[in-house]
Amino acid sequence: MDLAMQARPMEAPIEAHNHNRWSPYVDNGGTTLAIAGADYVLVASDTRQSDGYLINSRYSPKAFVLSNNAVLGTSGCSADSKRLYEVLEQRAQLYQHRHDRQISTPALAQLLSNTMYSRRMLPYYVFPVLAGIDAKGAGAAYSYDAVGNMQRVTGVCFGSASALIQPFLDNQVRFKNQRDADPNRLLTREEAFKIAVDAFTSATERDIYTGDYLEIFIVDAAGAHKEMRELKHD
Amino acid sequence: MDPVSLELPHTLRGPQATAGYGPTTRTTQPIVTGTSVVAFKYKDGIMMAADCLASYGSLARFRNENRLMKVNETTVLGVSGDMGDFQHMKHKLEDVMTHEYDMDDGQALGTKSVYKCLSNIMYGRRTNINPLWNSFIVGGVDGGERVLGYVDLYGTTYMADSLATGFGKHLAVPILRRRVEGRADEITEEEAVAIMDDCMRVLLYRDCRAFNKLRRAKVTAQGVEISEPYSLATNWSYAESIVGYGV
Amino acid sequence: MFRNQYDNDASTWSPQGCIFQVDYASEAVKQGTAVVGLKSKTHVVLVAVKRSPSELASYQKKIIRIDDHMGIAVAGLTSDARVLSNYLRTEAMRSKMVYGRALPVGRAVSAIGDKAQTNTQEYGRRPYGVGLLVIGHDDTGPHLYEFSPSGIVSEYYGYSIGARSQSARTNLERNFERFEELSLQELVVQGLRALRDTMPQGKQLDSMNTSIGFVGMDTKMTILDGDGTQPYLDQLDEAEAMDTE
Repeated sequence: MDLAMQARPMEAPIEAHNHNRWSPYVDNGGTTLAIAGADYVLVASDTRQSDGYLINSRYSPKAFVLSNNAVLGTSGCSADSKRLYEVLEQRAQLYQHRHDRQISTPALAQLLSNTMYSRRMLPYYVFPVLAGIDAKGAGAAYSYDAVGNMQRVTGVCFGSASALIQPFLDNQVRFKNQRDADPNRLLTREEAFKIAVDAFTSATERDIYTGDYLEIFIVDAAGAHKEMRELKHD
Repeated sequence: MDPVSLELPHTLRGPQATAGYGPTTRTTQPIVTGTSVVAFKYKDGIMMAADCLASYGSLARFRNENRLMKVNETTVLGVSGDMGDFQHMKHKLEDVMTHEYDMDDGQALGTKSVYKCLSNIMYGRRTNINPLWNSFIVGGVDGGERVLGYVDLYGTTYMADSLATGFGKHLAVPILRRRVEGRADEITEEEAVAIMDDCMRVLLYRDCRAFNKLRRAKVTAQGVEISEPYSLATNWSYAESIVGYGV
Repeated sequence: MFRNQYDNDASTWSPQGCIFQVDYASEAVKQGTAVVGLKSKTHVVLVAVKRSPSELASYQKKIIRIDDHMGIAVAGLTSDARVLSNYLRTEAMRSKMVYGRALPVGRAVSAIGDKAQTNTQEYGRRPYGVGLLVIGHDDTGPHLYEFSPSGIVSEYYGYSIGARSQSARTNLERNFERFEELSLQELVVQGLRALRDTMPQGKQLDSMNTSIGFVGMDTKMTILDGDGTQPYLDQLDEAEAMDTE
């Protein structure tokens, strides 16, 4: 028996207070997708923030442009998402200070993974996508789970409508289950943009947690720029 | 060796080290609570209201509490949830504002910074699984811009033209979305008061923890004004005609 | 061995009321190449001469970005400046994280002033061997501060520190009343004029050895080196030509 166990007076036993424990997490809904192309990458997020059946805010953005022009798209717990963005942005700033140049997208992607994993014991309840331009000038999108498991992808969707949108992206972006399509073809910007808008308009019809406004960020060599579209407010 | 005479190993930290003195405790439920806060933007600034009751469960325990705090010359804070946790936060904010005053460089924190600071404290506490059991609304005018933000015990934050906490989320927000959203720039002070009174009246009728003694705050370019407690005209004769649960 | 018996450490007074270690540190500032700072109603500018330790070496960095709203110029021990700039950068980031606002410039300077003062009062410490000109723009407009190893910080309309900086200060004193209304471009040229007065015989300002930094209302902290400085140097030449006519 170890010392600590012996030292504890018998009248004050430690009980497992697992019942009724307060959960530090909330799911604020919302959906984010990313599509990578040959020389661009796109991130689309709705702006609704909800808590159960309540809509907290119709405009509470969950995609953020970082100082190296990469875009962080999030879904899950809004508080964690915002903090994750701040931490990542400051780490990117620190990199800029130390190396006198902007952090590359692949390096930032790895940094995001490490940042997520550093909270392994109380994970950021966030399912992020990170999109930027890689060293060869190609669009790069990375998807993560809540503890930092990372994968480079061409089309991905996270959040409350991901079950509706991901299969659609599999078919339309990655050409799954299409007999005569070239599975390695990358979408043009116009195609990707239309698919993103269609995915969200349709998802908004069925998912109560997705709606209000759609923010689409397109990142290319020139930087990141934003387009807004209105979604249904119901 | 007598186990009780053993010193606790100094390598033990937190709950284990203090186990001999009883378990570490956390707030798992609020005790003395305030109910809803309602706030929205109007032409000249922001308006906020909360009643003066601090309940102890279903007991109307303290009936002259102020749940609107003037944080600085441009910011008010409305609080619902645990009043003890609020007083702790109040002291923290007073410390921060005193420090800012001491700096004496004409750059005291604006409403946005107060909101950010408050949100960080709330998020930090929830991340340590030791939340302050409150929902706050911060309102003010920062550099000519109206600011209205919400933060709760999860560190969740959002900003909108109209906000409410607690039951107000269910009962006041639908009214505010209809009467305020999209027209915050045209609402006069007179109309704002009318809207606010309507919201507070609905809450008074339906929220059993609401109280007909309330304060209203406004923040304009001229500064913060928190009213003395006042009451709303009510008509309970409707009650007889309400048929439903328990009748 | 020692110049006198009162300069062994920074915590000993001389009977004349000097702390020699601090005086020596201030001498270190004068060994660095000159930097000039000056401000208008909207902007604040730094210009500096960079030194290259040898033909084969690169030029020492003189202007360092702290944040979007703040930067510093260095005269003296660059390594000490790096410690201070790291600290300032951390403080600036902390201010953004905690309060969501840019660190007020005056508070930033007081913070490093306090650090420097500690070094002048505690046994076994060494004062920083570096002087800084700190520029920044915050809610109260553009600011220019001087930081010195003694821990003294002062705010200026225009100032210069480093080797032969007295000539630059004389130039600034003659002209500072006009600075307020100058455009950013004019302000830079005005700064270069003062800086040029610090150049030793036979040396000229050129795009290799000149560094320019500025920040202001709606202008993020920007540092120009190399070719980026050429347009301003050309304007300096034009202005000089006009003067001699």
